[in-house]
Amino acid sequence: MSTNDERLLDVAGLRVGFGERTAAHEVVRGISFSLQAGECLAIVGESGSGKSVTARTLVGLAGARSHVAAERIELDGQSLLGLRDREWRALRGVRVGFVLQDALVSLDPLRRVGSEIAEPLRLHGWGDRAARREKVVELLREVGVPEPEVRARQLPHELSGGLRQRALIASAIALDPQLLIADEPTTALDVTVQAQILGLLEATKQRGRGLIVISHDLAVVARLADRVAVMNAGEIVEQGPTAQVLGDPQHAYTRALLDAVPSAHSKGTRLAPGGAAGAYVRDGAQGAEAPARIAGAPPIVRAEGLVKRYRGPDGVARTVVDDVSLEIFAGETLGVVGESGSGKTTTARLVLALADPDAGEVRLDGEPWSALRERDRRLRRRRIAVVYQDPLSSFDPRWSVGRIVEDALDAGEHASAAARRARVLELLGHVGLDEGQLDRRPLQLSGGQRQRVAIARALASRPELIVCDEPVSALDVSIQAQVLDLLADLQAELGVAYLFISHDLGVIHHVSDRVLVMKDGRVVESGSAADVFERPQSDYTRQLLAALPTLDRADERKAVAA
Amino acid sequence: MSAIDQTLARGPLLPVASTRRRRARSVRPTVALSALFAAFVALAALAPGLVTSQGPLTVHLSEGFQAPSLHHLFGTDQSGRDVYARVVYGTRESVLIGLGATAVGLGVAALLGVVAGLGGRVADGAINRLLEVLFAFPGLLLALLFVAIFGPGPGTEIVAVGLANAPGYARMIRGQVLAVKGSGYVEASRVLGHSRARTIRRTILPNAARPLVVLATLGVGQAIVWASALSFLGLGVKPPAPEWGAMLDAGRDYLQTAWWLTVFPGLAIVAFTLASTSLGRFFQQRLEGKLER
Repeated sequence: MSTNDERLLDVAGLRVGFGERTAAHEVVRGISFSLQAGECLAIVGESGSGKSVTARTLVGLAGARSHVAAERIELDGQSLLGLRDREWRALRGVRVGFVLQDALVSLDPLRRVGSEIAEPLRLHGWGDRAARREKVVELLREVGVPEPEVRARQLPHELSGGLRQRALIASAIALDPQLLIADEPTTALDVTVQAQILGLLEATKQRGRGLIVISHDLAVVARLADRVAVMNAGEIVEQGPTAQVLGDPQHAYTRALLDAVPSAHSKGTRLAPGGAAGAYVRDGAQGAEAPARIAGAPPIVRAEGLVKRYRGPDGVARTVVDDVSLEIFAGETLGVVGESGSGKTTTARLVLALADPDAGEVRLDGEPWSALRERDRRLRRRRIAVVYQDPLSSFDPRWSVGRIVEDALDAGEHASAAARRARVLELLGHVGLDEGQLDRRPLQLSGGQRQRVAIARALASRPELIVCDEPVSALDVSIQAQVLDLLADLQAELGVAYLFISHDLGVIHHVSDRVLVMKDGRVVESGSAADVFERPQSDYTRQLLAALPTLDRADERKAVAA
Repeated sequence: MSAIDQTLARGPLLPVASTRRRRARSVRPTVALSALFAAFVALAALAPGLVTSQGPLTVHLSEGFQAPSLHHLFGTDQSGRDVYARVVYGTRESVLIGLGATAVGLGVAALLGVVAGLGGRVADGAINRLLEVLFAFPGLLLALLFVAIFGPGPGTEIVAVGLANAPGYARMIRGQVLAVKGSGYVEASRVLGHSRARTIRRTILPNAARPLVVLATLGVGQAIVWASALSFLGLGVKPPAPEWGAMLDAGRDYLQTAWWLTVFPGLAIVAFTLASTSLGRFFQQRLEGKLER
């Protein structure tokens, strides 16, 4: 490899392991990459691929029990190998900025945002107190924080997620480092906020700074990166210019990763490779038509004019759900999309009758539902099941998988232990689990397996409707693909309807027959998935879609292949 | 695609296996020592004659106030009774008081805590006010009050110490019940259409009870100290019956001339409290660990 003088960062043969030296568990296995000034390199991969460890190693934060070895790690010609803690501290913030993933956890809850941002300035002896205060306000303004003077005096919990993330970035770029490393900088954020953060990072790049972005989100990468490195199991399986890697991937893993991303073009097709292919094929690539409804059949759930208010900690009542009406018919998927705080989950809870509306009514199978007393609802509760974002917290921590599913069975229907066991196995079979998982505890299962158990439990009562509240949001993209495929298969097989809630527009487009777009507790747009996504009527929907980074190149590839 | 499958299969299996191995290895010496001591205490409580050859009430007036020696390991008291034998024979009474008082305390607390946690706003309010009143009294005063009314004796001592401890336990149990009641799995049970009684019986109570096992082991040592305090004040077991707290009380007058009369029963209390606390912690970790597997 020829040494290039313009290289800002040059990494060759990087290895990082954890644990005792004799039995070190190697997480990063000999990766090489480089970065030039004014360039953005994205490192993508799923959890456990070693991408975050790589990022942390570059700022000397790999961890106490880590072993770092490399042929070469050079920042602007200076070797970073074997630096001592003190030398790393002198480097961090000045020459390398680091933006952590979770802004809420990364900011000291008891310190004003301003003093947090001033910290690197103070540590590196920049200016006096007054000058630093001015600089902090200037930095906050630079990263697009409104009213920076006020924000600097606030505590982290008083700021929204987007503002916190911007404060972290402000802190990282305070001393204008040559290299900025951002680990999942937009993962916890709504799309419109995400778009602003991406713009901010883009501007840093334009100023001639090097940028390394760690992400699992290929769409974010497509928007920002000049080059992409795909990591899997500690190795870079493919790297090159963004257009080439995402548009014409050479490695099977990259292709699988791209195919797993749900979007407009994936509608009606399977996302995960292999499996029971063909079990689920809907008409046409666009799949816009709703499933054949029995003409004139009444909806399973009809909600009209739902209003729900909650009293906040300040004693002021906030209207969380404001005049929401919806209908869900047998065998269809109604998608509800919106940003955090838009009232999606509260709407779901009203449909589940876990909360009572302050106005309006939910009817189940044409009969009263929200108006009933809990005792009268109980018998009909089994018609609506639920799958949560975090399945683990919805399982009794004492129970095994088998017990969790068995608990959901109808006591009258399966009298004998043998019958119950057979039914539990049948349900586990539906979701692609087997007898081997029966006695395991949820904590021993992977995220995808846990969600499968949750789905098996939901199916146990033979429901007409399953409310899915962000069921795939905590999952890696390939696992997400498998779970979405599973839900589609089950719908085709059992004719169950879904109320599918997600903040992810791509997921909603992929799964939904009809879509509700919510903002501030109101429905701003509703209609068939095709109408809402291709001919959006409301400004807000258009804004959401415009803010959404897309995998255009990959989509083109699929379109060509189709 | 096989690459993806591989990452799936690898997933969380490794760390699970390694933590289990670590747990199996880690029986710390303090735990082993505590277990050994607990076994000795059990033996002393059930068959004190096996641990000492001397009687706790045998008087040898000529041998009074002897310092610890090979013949009298813990020395002798004013009447020449062997202190070691008395400590050994006092074990049954002391441990019984510790266990009994903890059982009474937890029982009362469980009743109050569960009713407060599940009984709705009125019951919760009433019980909370009651607990606040009880909290306002020092626990010892509460116990003293009870003994003053019902007269001294091991039975009243057990109930008195139990009642004095109950408010603290009740608060913890109530908090536990409320936390479990608000959990995702209780909501999941509600969505499944399970009756309230079934949810309480099969989900809320067992989960709320989980930390109690440990609380109990920690409480036993504490209760012995409390009971000792009552005996020390002359409101518990009557002399000459051997009981650790009563022995402390009896030795008080000779503190300057015969330190062994108070030090050894005191050490017995401290050692038993430490051992039960250490075993309690160990079982807590084991229990949680088992749940995590």
